[in-house]
Amino acid sequence: MKKVFLLTLIPALGSLFVINRVEPYVLGLPFVLFWAICWVGLTSLFLIIANKLDPANKEEEEL
Amino acid sequence: MNAALLVILFFLVLCIWLGLQARKGKDMNMEQWSVGGRGFGSILLFFLLAGEMFTTYTFLGASGGTYRSGIPTALYAFNCFYFVIAYWLLPPVWKYAKKHNVLSQSDFYEKKYNSPALGVLVAIISVIAIIPYLVMQLKGLGIIVSQASYGSISPNMAIVVGVIAITIYVTVSGMHGAAWTAIIKDILILAVVVFMGFYFPFHYYGGIQPMFEAINTAKSGFLLFPEQGLSISWFVSATIMTALGFYMFPHMLAGVFTAKSAKSLRVNAGVMPIYQIIIVFSLLIGFSAIIQVPNLNGTDADLALFKMAKMSFDPWFVGVIGAAGAMAALIPSSLILTATATLLSKNIYKVWKPNTTDQQLVKLSKMLVPVIALVGLYFSFNGGNSVLTLYLMSYSFMVQLFPALFFSLWKRNPVTVQGAFAGMIVSIMIVAYSTITEMSVATLFPSFPNVIKDLDLGLAVLMINIAVTLGVSVVTKKSAARVDDDTTISNLV
Repeated sequence: MKKVFLLTLIPALGSLFVINRVEPYVLGLPFVLFWAICWVGLTSLFLIIANKLDPANKEEEEL
Repeated sequence: MNAALLVILFFLVLCIWLGLQARKGKDMNMEQWSVGGRGFGSILLFFLLAGEMFTTYTFLGASGGTYRSGIPTALYAFNCFYFVIAYWLLPPVWKYAKKHNVLSQSDFYEKKYNSPALGVLVAIISVIAIIPYLVMQLKGLGIIVSQASYGSISPNMAIVVGVIAITIYVTVSGMHGAAWTAIIKDILILAVVVFMGFYFPFHYYGGIQPMFEAINTAKSGFLLFPEQGLSISWFVSATIMTALGFYMFPHMLAGVFTAKSAKSLRVNAGVMPIYQIIIVFSLLIGFSAIIQVPNLNGTDADLALFKMAKMSFDPWFVGVIGAAGAMAALIPSSLILTATATLLSKNIYKVWKPNTTDQQLVKLSKMLVPVIALVGLYFSFNGGNSVLTLYLMSYSFMVQLFPALFFSLWKRNPVTVQGAFAGMIVSIMIVAYSTITEMSVATLFPSFPNVIKDLDLGLAVLMINIAVTLGVSVVTKKSAARVDDDTTISNLV
């Protein structure tokens, strides 16, 4: 449970961390926007992994 | 009648037809009507909850906000914090709801705290907060349809037709109607927004980077967070406040209750962020309009998307955009109607008349749908600016319901009924007072550094709320009872 919690904490903190600069442009986007979009994808990735590892899913099936 | 109007009408009829189809083979009792019989699997749930996130805001607000103030509102538009909250908060709420046959957000408070009075308070706060939300959707609908029909339909006419359509299918199919229409709406929005998000930058600027470079030269500082005002501090606090308040809305929790299992909610939390990517395209549309259609001031900024569309496409395609936008307003409105009708009938009327049968309750809820729709119509036509004020207040209002819900999921709930009451009432009064007098953290403490001055007021009041809730609970502790174990937020707390 601890491990799963830490996994979800990473996107919670990361998505709130702003890097406030225009350059370098990545994929044509200003860096500040690119960085934020990256975290949308990463949030998804971390939550999907967390769900795979989450012991709560097993426990519920047994109920 | 022009091509755009025909396309919009076609989709409206399709929407009503699907909404009515949805009830086939279902015996419409209260549980079926209000939470879809709690039988929605991951896919249908995904469309229902995602449909709720993609409202007129995705369509007009995100592009208009970006047009108006650039990066700060652009980043605020995709809130990843929502999903982390959803991952932990929703499964235990759902489990408790399933076990105790909870049908509405107020039910949850009523049963957790064993206090019908608290349920009534929550229901009243929610109805006050949700009506402006409905009105904003309806106003958005009016703008979208009148723009897309090249002015041949007035905003008010569009609102009336839209309200009649949703009233019909919500009354008949309840939650089932909303879920099925949500699917077509999402496909249509996806196609339209992604297309325009690519088309405008390439057509008018020769690419995405050239577009941003042009904006950076024309308006220096527009692609960064400013030192004060919409600063990073504002972004962080507003993001947290919105994420905490988001799931407190009665129609959102009702959406959550439609889930088949707690696992489908966790899967959903993981997949939903990918859906947020659509908003990126809406932002690109907003950015592309900055240089192409300059000088849209105030609320006119919300027309940025349609101004761009009309100068670039044939009327029939503007009609498709209009249809997508109209559905973006209609689906959330139908969820709001279902949830509000459930609240009023089950959590206010039934508390007053406890021996109402399930059958009577369904009938009453269905009768309330057109009544609430009429109230929405009235404020759309007569509300003026007061509606906007109320709308700004609605998130700050809803987030004040968070502490009582959150603490109730602990193994040992430290909050008593009195504590929950005191916290809600004090914080709601502060929010109402400060919204009416246009008070903010900055006007209260003008000499504080910007980091504190730019904090979101709703979040600041939430801190006061938590302090009052816990303080009063400590004093009234004696009567507090233990709650059962398997519906708590696991081993976390």
